Amino acid sequence: MSERRVSSGPEVARDDAVDVAAAGRGSASVQIVDLGVGNLGNLQRAVAVCGWRAAITTDPGAVQSARAVLLPGVGAFRPPREALRGELERALRQALADGAWLLGICVGFQLLYEGSEEFGDCDGLALLRGTVRRLPESVPLPHIGWNALRAQDWSHPLLAGVAPGAHAYFVHSFAADAATDEEIVATCLHGREFPAIAGRGRVFGTQFHPEKSGEAVGLRVLTNFLRLAGADDAHAGRERAEVTSR
Amino acid sequence: MNVGRRGAEGPARSSTGLTHRIIPCLDVAGGRVVKGVRFKDLTEHGDPAEAARRYAEQGADEIVFLDISAAHERRDTQLDWVRRTAEQVFVPLSVGGGVRGVEDARNLLLAGADKVGINTAAVARPQVLTELAERFGSQCVVISIDARRIAEGESAGDPRWEVVTHGGRSETGRDAIEWVGECVERGAGEILLTSIDGDGTQQGYDLELIRRVCREVPVPVIASGGVGTLEHLAEGLEAGAAAVLAASIFHHGTHTVEEAKRHLAGRFPMRLDDVGSTGGAAEDAR
Repeated sequence: MSERRVSSGPEVARDDAVDVAAAGRGSASVQIVDLGVGNLGNLQRAVAVCGWRAAITTDPGAVQSARAVLLPGVGAFRPPREALRGELERALRQALADGAWLLGICVGFQLLYEGSEEFGDCDGLALLRGTVRRLPESVPLPHIGWNALRAQDWSHPLLAGVAPGAHAYFVHSFAADAATDEEIVATCLHGREFPAIAGRGRVFGTQFHPEKSGEAVGLRVLTNFLRLAGADDAHAGRERAEVTSR
Repeated sequence: MNVGRRGAEGPARSSTGLTHRIIPCLDVAGGRVVKGVRFKDLTEHGDPAEAARRYAEQGADEIVFLDISAAHERRDTQLDWVRRTAEQVFVPLSVGGGVRGVEDARNLLLAGADKVGINTAAVARPQVLTELAERFGSQCVVISIDARRIAEGESAGDPRWEVVTHGGRSETGRDAIEWVGECVERGAGEILLTSIDGDGTQQGYDLELIRRVCREVPVPVIASGGVGTLEHLAEGLEAGAAAVLAASIFHHGTHTVEEAKRHLAGRFPMRLDDVGSTGGAAEDAR
């Protein structure tokens, strides 16, 4: 959607939006990047229920100083890719270099890979290794609905509290073809096996919509991610150092 | 969009872990839940957000709202119930009823709907489907089709269905199967298919209609209209529907969504993760 303002959300989120506007850079720890697509209000509401305050932003400064960045998207690969290119991408890369955490969602997750074959080749952020390709025609597309998560290791911190074999809500026709198993946290099967949750270090993503995947799975994964970001001592140390140096 | 054909039996189970969706439907008027038989004799049942939350806790895979308020009653401020629902319910929410175009859809999406249902306006001006799909993506455009079976004497041979609107009060002269194909070509991402003959009767879906439509288009078909027993849901899935929608049986407390899913689970892939959940991650954080 083309909404560029902070969308209306629960009270906490609205308060936070006011904080950001008043205090400027650095006051909101969780930033939802508005790439012009997707129902960002629902993601913001889900983050609020997980106990965090998130602001919706197109401001590179807010992204650069975020502790956790959420990168949502629906639909086609190219429009959000182009929306991100330039200043926002530089801000995101700087934030990551400074120790921020990143969670891509749906097409936002696909953007983390090296590129996509949708509408001809399009480059991605290349934070994860692999290419986004169309799912096989042997199954109905788009893949819409609840599908089971598969994992080698259910003890991964992002899966904490998620029951093995639990389902998540997917809406997509393209999916990553990962170049390495090492970055895969969980997969899903629809025509072929594809990454449902993947990442390494502080960069992760989900092909499903955590904000629409129920409380037992979606909000759990979202909470796990935000807790990891919140508990990251390296990042907390960086914030302390900044305060000291001022 | 690619409009291919596939068998009514759907994908082989081994190639996907996709589950069938069980979708309770709530009719809303003036911000309150109502349900009438064939849209008449409305009775009030309460708060939409509360009803939706109860369904989500029972394991509903998605919730469909149909706003049957008269046009003059529907203002942006009255979307407050959508907003309150989206703050409490974290499964897909589809809202339809009175959607005329991009502006109405945008208001619903901003209020918290994930998908927008459109019916009469699309029949009047099919181009609106393309406009919605281009602006918001096909994934949030649900074409709602009310179909009435044409009496056998008039259809000569194969069964045929006509698209009707306004709860069956208006005939359109359109063939339902042709209309389904056109809607998908124009960008509809899902089809909410209601047999108007069955709606409110609790006599079961029009299975022949479901089979015909599922053969015609590759996008998910949500079967609707006529569910009176849990076995009716099984019949709808057997006929090829990706999802089955029911109102009365859940509404009047005849069955819970959980009972429906447990009834179907042996024969159809079902998601039972959220069943009985009282909050999970959300409770932890509070």
